[in-house]
Amino acid sequence: MTFDIFLAPFTDEAMRRALVAIVVLSFGSAPIGVFLMLRRMSLTGDAMSHAILPGVAVAFLLSGMNRLMMTLGGLIAGLIVAVLSGLMARVTEMKEDASLAVFYLVSLALGVILVASNGSSHELIEILFGDVQTIDAGALCLIAFNTTLTLCALAVIYRPLVMECVDPLFLRVAGRAGALAHLVFMAFVVVNLVSAYHALGTLLAVGMMILPAGIARFWSRDLSRIIPVAIVSAIVSGYFGLVLAAATGAPAGPSVVLMAGAIYFLSMTVGPAGGLVRRFAPGRHLEA
Amino acid sequence: MSAQLQFRDVTLGYDRHPAVHHLTGEVMPGALLAVVGPNGAGKSTLFRGIVGLLKPLSGSIARGGVGVHDIAFLPQSADIDRSFPISVFDFVATGLWREVGAFGDLRGRRRARVAQALAAVGLTGFERRAIGTLSGGQTQRMLFARLMLQDARLIVLDEPFNAVDAKTSTDLLRLVKQWHAEGRTVLAALHDMDLVRNHFPQTLLLARGVVAWGCTAQVLTPDNLTAARKMCEAFDDDAAACVEADTPRAA
Repeated sequence: MTFDIFLAPFTDEAMRRALVAIVVLSFGSAPIGVFLMLRRMSLTGDAMSHAILPGVAVAFLLSGMNRLMMTLGGLIAGLIVAVLSGLMARVTEMKEDASLAVFYLVSLALGVILVASNGSSHELIEILFGDVQTIDAGALCLIAFNTTLTLCALAVIYRPLVMECVDPLFLRVAGRAGALAHLVFMAFVVVNLVSAYHALGTLLAVGMMILPAGIARFWSRDLSRIIPVAIVSAIVSGYFGLVLAAATGAPAGPSVVLMAGAIYFLSMTVGPAGGLVRRFAPGRHLEA
Repeated sequence: MSAQLQFRDVTLGYDRHPAVHHLTGEVMPGALLAVVGPNGAGKSTLFRGIVGLLKPLSGSIARGGVGVHDIAFLPQSADIDRSFPISVFDFVATGLWREVGAFGDLRGRRRARVAQALAAVGLTGFERRAIGTLSGGQTQRMLFARLMLQDARLIVLDEPFNAVDAKTSTDLLRLVKQWHAEGRTVLAALHDMDLVRNHFPQTLLLARGVVAWGCTAQVLTPDNLTAARKMCEAFDDDAAACVEADTPRAA
């Protein structure tokens, strides 16, 4: 049947689980990605995804491929790097992006050395690039838990976070809500990176955040629409990425990110909010 | 009546270098005070100290029982990300932050107040527009609408009429005078001396320290303005520690 290519892969339980993982992940990672992008911190997310590696590596050394321990390890390493780089930026003259770069590079180097000296190359590849098809029920519950927490946290910090993005000085005069919102937000960047790492590995984890956010930005100029569009784009990328992986035998994680990339370029071309077609063929000018 | 703002030998600056040096004085509640002086005189630094963004290097600023929540501040170049996808209505509504917090309802009476503030600054009809589509003057009007909603007892405006046309300036000045009439304390850093003479009863002429402070007519004299212009903008990396800092002064 014609539609077999779209449905057949999901007769396999591992693939169904992978799809559920990506759908659940999308609800947390995509909104976080939207705020990362709007705060011009897209590459910060990338840096943070590298920073979780030594935590994952230490947990791997202590407990083997135990997902829960590796999650906790990644979470701890990510939070340490986020807090230390934020602290460095406030108590020294170093800007936050520069201090984050220092910490994540040290962290990444440490992580690679730890894994490489103690694991097989197959395990290193799984940690670096993930394998969404090996997600078990425990990991799925963990992703669902993280997503639920993320959505609750975003609901609480939504207003101060928006205000902190658009006019940080305003909240600094009005109290400490802005700094607190920033801190909570950074913690949930780490939480979602750790979730996404199971599906996409540490190197591509940020893909489920930034690419859907970038796609959504080409479809709307209104934050209340950008967030749902980002979530839907993440889910669509996930579904077609898995279909692509099943059809070609390519690894699933990179296929999902590649599919999101394809949708990004399509959106960049035809998106009504600043896409190329709208920019270079805007039509006749309006009267007012 | 106790002072709304009391400066006790306050020195404000950056990295130990003073920008406002040994300032002592008071601002009474309900005052409409213009702060004037050449570029580099320390006006913005003084304002940052007043609103709590900058800690004094020495001395202190007492705010007469006004908490940070009761201060509305318009910085010189508002650090707004104009590309952020937020509507004019939503942006102005952030002025209600103290009242609504993270979960407060923004419908009904509060929605009407946002609409009133927008109408007061002449931005009715702009509610759904993205903030990035506004002109410079419209952006300043939008910032004034947010100030209105903050309903603060102390309002600090750093060069509020810069780069706006005459009509916008007149409209915004009317709001400033309305706030004064409502008994709020308003401080504004300004460069237009005619505007200060015509509309501000009190003036602080600043040139890193106080040149003159009091009734506008007595402050803005040719001699005082000349003295302010001669202000030394020195920033000496090898400057010695200030001896006056060790000398106790009367409040």
